[in-house]
Amino acid sequence: MKDFQFHRPSSVAEAVALLKARPDAKLLSGGQSLIPVLKLDLAEPSDLISLAGIGELRDIRVDGDRIVIGALVTHDAVHRSPEVQQHIPALATLAGTIGDAQVRNRGTLGGSVAHADPAADYPAALLALGATIATDRRKIAADDFFTGLFETALERDEVVVAVHFPIPKRAAYAKFSHRASKYALVGVMVVDTGHNVRVAVTGAGPKVFRHANIEGILERDFAVDALAAASTPPDELNGDLEASAEYRAHLITVMARRAVQACL
Amino acid sequence: MSAQGFGASVRRKEDRRFLLGKGQYTDDITLPHQSYAVFVRSPHAHANLGAIDAAKAKAVPGVLAVLTGADVAAAGLGGIPCGWAVKSKDGSSMVEPPHPALAQGAVRHVGDPVAMVIADSKTAARAAAALVDVDYQVQPVAASITAATAADAPLVWPDAKGNVCFDWHLGDPASTDAAFAKAKHVVEIELTNSRVAPNAMEPRAAIGHYDAANDHTTLYTTSQNPHLIRLLMGAFTLKVPEHKLRVVAPDVGGGFGSKIYHYAEELLVAWASRVVGRPVKWTSDRMEAFVSDAHGRDHISKAQLALDANGKFLGLRVATLANIGAYLSTFAPAIPTYLYATLLSGPYDFPAIYAEVKAIFTHTVAVDAYRGAGRPEATYLLERLVDKAARQLGIDRIELRRKNLIRTDQFPYQTQVALAYDIGNYQATLDMALASIDHAGYDKRKQATEAKGKLRGFGISTYIEACGIAPSALVGALGARAGLYEAATVRVHPTGSVSVFTGTHSHGQGHETTFAQIISEKLGVPVENVEVVHGDTDRIPFGMGTYGSRSAAVGGSAIVKAIDKIVEKGKKIAAHLLEASAADVEFVDGKYRVVGTDRAKAFGEVAFAAYVPHNYPIETVEPGLEENAFYDPKNFTFPGGTHLVEVEVDPETGVVEIAEVAIADDVGVVINPMIVDGQAHGGLAQGIGQALLEEAVYDADGQLVNGSYLNYVMPRAADLPFFKVGNHVTACTHNPLGIKGVGETGAIGVPPAVINAVIDALAPLGVTDISMPATPEKVWRAIQAAKKGA
Repeated sequence: MKDFQFHRPSSVAEAVALLKARPDAKLLSGGQSLIPVLKLDLAEPSDLISLAGIGELRDIRVDGDRIVIGALVTHDAVHRSPEVQQHIPALATLAGTIGDAQVRNRGTLGGSVAHADPAADYPAALLALGATIATDRRKIAADDFFTGLFETALERDEVVVAVHFPIPKRAAYAKFSHRASKYALVGVMVVDTGHNVRVAVTGAGPKVFRHANIEGILERDFAVDALAAASTPPDELNGDLEASAEYRAHLITVMARRAVQACL
Repeated sequence: MSAQGFGASVRRKEDRRFLLGKGQYTDDITLPHQSYAVFVRSPHAHANLGAIDAAKAKAVPGVLAVLTGADVAAAGLGGIPCGWAVKSKDGSSMVEPPHPALAQGAVRHVGDPVAMVIADSKTAARAAAALVDVDYQVQPVAASITAATAADAPLVWPDAKGNVCFDWHLGDPASTDAAFAKAKHVVEIELTNSRVAPNAMEPRAAIGHYDAANDHTTLYTTSQNPHLIRLLMGAFTLKVPEHKLRVVAPDVGGGFGSKIYHYAEELLVAWASRVVGRPVKWTSDRMEAFVSDAHGRDHISKAQLALDANGKFLGLRVATLANIGAYLSTFAPAIPTYLYATLLSGPYDFPAIYAEVKAIFTHTVAVDAYRGAGRPEATYLLERLVDKAARQLGIDRIELRRKNLIRTDQFPYQTQVALAYDIGNYQATLDMALASIDHAGYDKRKQATEAKGKLRGFGISTYIEACGIAPSALVGALGARAGLYEAATVRVHPTGSVSVFTGTHSHGQGHETTFAQIISEKLGVPVENVEVVHGDTDRIPFGMGTYGSRSAAVGGSAIVKAIDKIVEKGKKIAAHLLEASAADVEFVDGKYRVVGTDRAKAFGEVAFAAYVPHNYPIETVEPGLEENAFYDPKNFTFPGGTHLVEVEVDPETGVVEIAEVAIADDVGVVINPMIVDGQAHGGLAQGIGQALLEEAVYDADGQLVNGSYLNYVMPRAADLPFFKVGNHVTACTHNPLGIKGVGETGAIGVPPAVINAVIDALAPLGVTDISMPATPEKVWRAIQAAKKGA
């Protein structure tokens, strides 16, 4: 790990100002991905700006037809939140499957979303639930947020403040974990908003994506057996030692079926 | 004899310091003025080395030295030696290539060390290592057995034609041909034994400390056998006399074989300390361990089993290719030969066996002993083949085994592959395991599994292993360049407490407890009053260390021999004190007593008299109560047993879950049942790990593609069920404790039981073969292929 300057601002505005002044700075928000990257010398930021001192980012509240979760809320806090468990139990369940207990105690929603790991769990929830990402300066729809491999619509000096999750009619997440890393090899979030069906897949491709074929099938018939007709072209999926693209394509259908089963 | 003697599950004495985080591992040791080494390792599997430019590295503040193969050569350091020589069929010696501590002229696997950077801090050393500019001229690569044995394969060593290190055989080809000629059935199998990385919890580490004032070197190192390391460094690599070299292996966090060997890094820190005039520490990180620790297994085999009309085994033919890596590690040649082919009779009565083994050089890190070491490979081959025969002949798998197991009235049993089994009861362990798993209730469990939409399979492995290595003269005749006896000193202190100095090494096995229990059993001294000392060549007698499940059987026997001397000497002292003839004194329940009377002296009283010899037979008995013993085994020991596994397979995803594991072992006399069970548990975890999860995968370019915990799948508690572990004891006939050894049984017996269970689950779909590890995708693809074929 190389040397860096450490900052602990007490407000979002202060964090943004620090980011603007230091072009090679990185935000630290739980550090469950960033710290290992630093230890392996895969990134060498000049400055680390910890968000840990910004108390306002730690709230979970119900706001009408949505739940608003602060960027610094840990995965474990989402998992245990009575509000989340009551209104979007699938989200509470998903948070409880991230990494291991140590990761869930330190890792944060905002950190995960901004990092946009293609095998992270939260991006599937945001995309399928039709969430909105609130930053220091604007609101971004999840559909517009995840732009590529570890890439988002965030500007370099922009800070995620909270995520707004619309409360769905029913939803479920089914994950097939990588046996070593426990990241999602394939994670499928199925959401019936009450108006339409949204299905997002993480782990299988270079970034989280919505699955139009499965959404169409479930719009017509929200049933496990309907997914016998589901298919995913493997061409754009990841293939590696753990799972080929064909196997991932197969697992998408299996996990979608299990998610639908869990919704019913 | 005592409540803490044999059969007592005494809690482990050593766990207090481990649970408190107060263990002293090599990396916990910090010496005054210590410096830090980081190695520059080859990123290429095969390259010629051009210039190494260290100017930028040397300019990093805090850097003390950058050393290369040229410096190693100039200093006259010896190459890393191999400790076992195997001869080919034609009598020629194996190809034994040079192994310089730092690469000279070429690199031959990813991770081959090229330069050593030493600095004030690890941070500076790492930064500088990244700046060492090495001119690699990349060469063609043969990174697998298949690639290395192809026509026109790139050669790892010019002297090894076809990359063959040796072409060896065992058994009688003529009688085996005759057996096949009269066979009613011949069953054939081809299989691989997958390559695994050992992954001890503590990565390797070493600190070299040269004391110029006394011209004395101390090496702290993560070793299973410090005296062996001192011997090899003294005689071959560092080239200093033994009395000027102390090797300390303090607390060591697991080895599984990977810490037996003499590695370049420990030589280099010892030498570099002389160069820079300060202690030099190196600690491997996990990714470095993956490419520098010796790996295990990696065989490709073809085998044929000949049976008569009734299913009786007539003969076995085996041809194995064993990947031995780019360099010969310390015991590498012995593993696929004398620890593998000698086990191919298994627990079965075989009239004829012939085995051929070719060891193949590849552009990969060395392959050497890993928990089980040759015996898992033999067991896997045999038990997969026997299962296949049962299916092919339509005989129940258990019955086919019963038909061929060596009967108790056949012991001692001379196999066709050199070993002579002294004792066992394979029928008893088979029955015990079947009862333990409730095999009679299997159909009901299978129905319950199927009701969940899954498939259930039952797998069996009846196995034997050879451990307690080994008779020195025998292994010497087979090519070992060392003796394999063990040594012990038992020192009774004046007030009757005891220190035991053993040549074995405990790195998780619990010797500090079990060896104390031997003292308690034999001398009546409570384990709290016994200290077991190991791991420091300045304190312990010359012993060969711990591997091959030898410590209790061989090291424990040395302790018993020393105890026997103590007891005999004590009789003479007690006779004097009791004014009786020594012939009339017996030692019972920790007391010396005149036979048939109540006149007695406690052991502590006798010890005190030995050290304060006022009233003492000083003319005929020396003062003091301390004895040394060396024990050279008369034979190998032969643990064996039955391992049973039930699996559930999700046919949609291919995921295999282990539902039940029940084993019945015969490891001989048990000192501490809790520790024996724990050894079985650990071995099972590693065996199941190989069967379902782990595999070290090199790509065609020789890159280890899963060299980190992001993608190398280690077994975790959640991957494993609660194990049902049982022991049926037949005592070893040729050592004084009756112990056979337990360290490796799980890793040896269980892998074929797992794979046989997976194949059994998938057999109704038409699947006949699955290789290790049975990953979800592999299982799913086998199901898809069988569906297409059907």
